[in-house]
Amino acid sequence: MSILDQPSSSSLSGGGVTRRQVWGLVGLLAAAIVAWLVFAIWPAWLNAILISKKAFVSAILNGLTLAGLYFLVASGFTLIFGLMRNINLAHGSLYLLGAYIGYEVTSRTGYWLLGVAAGFVVMAIIGVVMQVFVFRRLEGDDLRQTLVTIGISIVAADLMLAVWAGGTYQIATPEWLDGALTLPVITAVRSNGASVFLTYPLYRVVVLAAAIVIGVGLWLMLNKTRVGMMIRAGVDDRAMLSASGVNVHAVFAIVFAVGAGLAGFAGVVGGSALSVAPGEDVRYLLASLVVVIVGGMGSITGAAIGALLIGLAEQIGLVYFPTYGVVLTFVIMVVTLAVRPQGIMGKAR
Amino acid sequence: MSLATAADGAAPQQNWLDRIGAGHVILAVALLLYPLVASDFFLTQIAGYSMIFGVLALSLMLLAGYGGMLSLAQITVAGIAAYAVAILGSNTSNVLGFGWPWWIVVPFAVAAAAVTSALIGWISVRTEGIYTLMITLAIATATFYFAQQNYAIFNGHSGYAGIHAPVFWGIDWRDPKPFYFLCLGLAMLSYAAVLYSSRSTFGMTLQAIRDNPRRMRALGYHVTAHKVFAWFLAGILAGLAGVLLVWFNGRVSPGTIGVDVAIDILIIAVIGGLRHPIGPFVGAIVVILMQTFAIDIVGAERFNTLIGLVFLAIVFVSPDGILGLWGRIKPHLAQGSLRAGP
Repeated sequence: MSILDQPSSSSLSGGGVTRRQVWGLVGLLAAAIVAWLVFAIWPAWLNAILISKKAFVSAILNGLTLAGLYFLVASGFTLIFGLMRNINLAHGSLYLLGAYIGYEVTSRTGYWLLGVAAGFVVMAIIGVVMQVFVFRRLEGDDLRQTLVTIGISIVAADLMLAVWAGGTYQIATPEWLDGALTLPVITAVRSNGASVFLTYPLYRVVVLAAAIVIGVGLWLMLNKTRVGMMIRAGVDDRAMLSASGVNVHAVFAIVFAVGAGLAGFAGVVGGSALSVAPGEDVRYLLASLVVVIVGGMGSITGAAIGALLIGLAEQIGLVYFPTYGVVLTFVIMVVTLAVRPQGIMGKAR
Repeated sequence: MSLATAADGAAPQQNWLDRIGAGHVILAVALLLYPLVASDFFLTQIAGYSMIFGVLALSLMLLAGYGGMLSLAQITVAGIAAYAVAILGSNTSNVLGFGWPWWIVVPFAVAAAAVTSALIGWISVRTEGIYTLMITLAIATATFYFAQQNYAIFNGHSGYAGIHAPVFWGIDWRDPKPFYFLCLGLAMLSYAAVLYSSRSTFGMTLQAIRDNPRRMRALGYHVTAHKVFAWFLAGILAGLAGVLLVWFNGRVSPGTIGVDVAIDILIIAVIGGLRHPIGPFVGAIVVILMQTFAIDIVGAERFNTLIGLVFLAIVFVSPDGILGLWGRIKPHLAQGSLRAGP
């Protein structure tokens, strides 16, 4: 099958040199426009169309932060899916439980970093436990595995409601992360000639930075380490990896630990930036679903692209057409499915 | 010639009972006599409600059992019909409400649901198997959030209230007994329709597509069209159930089409069993009974834990639900009676 595909794909890429150049040009142009939009002082007509420069740039920054958060949640989801063909519909529950644990640890010890670590470690352990005691028993039966995750998410949501009730929690961030950052972006010029610079919460910038660092770390782990090599091999052909003497179960457990741990980590980080409340599990499950559908299942790069698209669409939608923000997300998903059913970075199967 | 026609006429008459099945006849008689013994509460809150959710789960069973497409958007489709009834008919929320008579509203509502279902199907058949579940879940969740935020059509968070079941032939169809028979009629009709269509050419083709889409494509069948038509049929069932649901509740809000309800439908279908059209009804009765009486055992608060654990147990023990469990126990019982016989 793949041998048959080879000529057609190579001929496509042969003709695609110019195509790639065209796309590169389009990308450069888009980057230039965005750079101009961000750094230039806006003329009045542009302010009239896009409300104000402050609103626009804030929406983009918020979108980027949210994209970082979505990426953290969705990367675990997509890794688990890519390797195990297991749609972990309890992923949102892992996020929320991580957030609650982070809240408890932070408020009891007073160390935020300890809360973040606890969120990651506890969720990673729970992930391994789920993999060993639940999914290993149902191996090869995708549908039952998915149904089990639905059952787990129902029970988990109900038990979390029993323990933490329906209230909204906010995880306290440490002092060194409070405050605002003045960005070198001029939002307006006062009548006396002084420029007004954009300020943005430091914490959100840190969230974005953390997401980028973790994204790069994941990429390095997948592409430069031995475990990453095994994981990639497993994504392509699980049976063959197993046949070549690798303990597939250990690889599965590692991936589940990393995926679930990232969800817990994102829970604490997101719970500090936004809030922790029942129902967030469904919200982040939906976000991961859409991000992974758009980006392509099983691809970390795809998760990053999908998260960027969805995060930006959600925040820009929130500013410019509040009622239909969800619809914008939805339209992106439907268009992707119509044009590329396997997702932007997904491999055709 | 006359002999032949006589034989032709006699053949179906002879095995009339066999064709319908003695079990079905007994069940139908029992259900028709049920109102004589049951209180109003058991008539509507248990039986009527179970049948509505049974039909909803049946529409899922049609897709999943025969088509291999596991959908979480059935309640969304039913919700479209329910909202259509509220918008086209009359409501007391002072938003929209065209006040059309019920016999125009119902066909429109069901048609809207069927078309929506076909659209959802058309989007999701581009992917296969487990992906369908993801995409329909995303669609269901997005619709829920949209209905919650949109005030022009869905009237936002509060939804529509004050929707009445029609009154005609001098009967208020929301009264317990008429409503029970309405639900029973719909349940029997849709059960028979699904059973019939599963044996029809279309049903056979759909099952063949489920088993091997590539081979069916190679044989010249239009796989996508068959799948989308299955979604259309399931949409009709879900739409009818949605109409009854909104008449039963008298109101519709985003909570009616929430993700938890979507998952409830899946639970009902899986607990009952996806192999036979009777499964969804069995599942619905079990879940509704649990929903009603579990409060006495575990309290209203922890009901979801109970149902989640039951669901997990069923998925672990018997993938085919209660029907599968019965199918496994039956041979043992038969052998037991043989052993006990002599």
